[in-house]
Amino acid sequence: MIAKWIHVGAAGATGLLLLFGSLDMPATGDPSAPPSTHVSPRYIEEGFGETQVPNMVTAVLADYRSFDTLGEVTVVFTGAVAVLLILRAGQPRRRDGEPEA
Amino acid sequence: MLKGPLSLIVRTVARLLAPFVQLFGLYVIMHGHSSPGGGFQGGVILGASAILLAVAFGVDVVRERVTLSALTLSTSAGVLLYGGLGLVCLLLGANYLDYSVLPVADARSVGMLVIEIGVGITVMAAMMSIFVDLSAFDASHRDH
Repeated sequence: MIAKWIHVGAAGATGLLLLFGSLDMPATGDPSAPPSTHVSPRYIEEGFGETQVPNMVTAVLADYRSFDTLGEVTVVFTGAVAVLLILRAGQPRRRDGEPEA
Repeated sequence: MLKGPLSLIVRTVARLLAPFVQLFGLYVIMHGHSSPGGGFQGGVILGASAILLAVAFGVDVVRERVTLSALTLSTSAGVLLYGGLGLVCLLLGANYLDYSVLPVADARSVGMLVIEIGVGITVMAAMMSIFVDLSAFDASHRDH
């Protein structure tokens, strides 16, 4: 019972620390915040001229940060492979003639 | 789980709806670089249309049309298309995934479209593969 309250206290203290750390975050949409003063104006002003893609979100995701998106696709791929490795192992042959793994 | 078909109303609506859902999924992928959308969203819509059919008609109806190996192959093919385009850029003398060297007009736009298609194939096949695997799983065959 005491151990439980120690856990609750530790989790609560960590939460308070995180909340305290978030107090220094810039307000949402603050034009003078660091993210709004460096890359964002660059993407907004130069993005269409450089990529000929009117959708700014796609231009950032698929061009400027293409490496990141490649990682995201790999996560989806890894998830599907993990599911098939776990669920197809030991299953009988499928009716459509598939091998089991 | 999901062995038999549902009622006539559900089956009819699902059959009428599925082609339009798939068409919309293709539209979302192909227009990802000029309007809201992209490979992830379009791939999920395409995968959901197959899941809709599987729920309405039973998962075997989907399995008769798409084999499990085709799904696994597509899941890998999308990632390969994405990574392969990066390698093409590398071979053309630029950085990995720097589409501007592709020998086509509006190269960066075309490069984005190609990787969106790759993302769409992977997401669609991964959703269908996970769904079919889960619904075909039979715990009684575990550890054989």
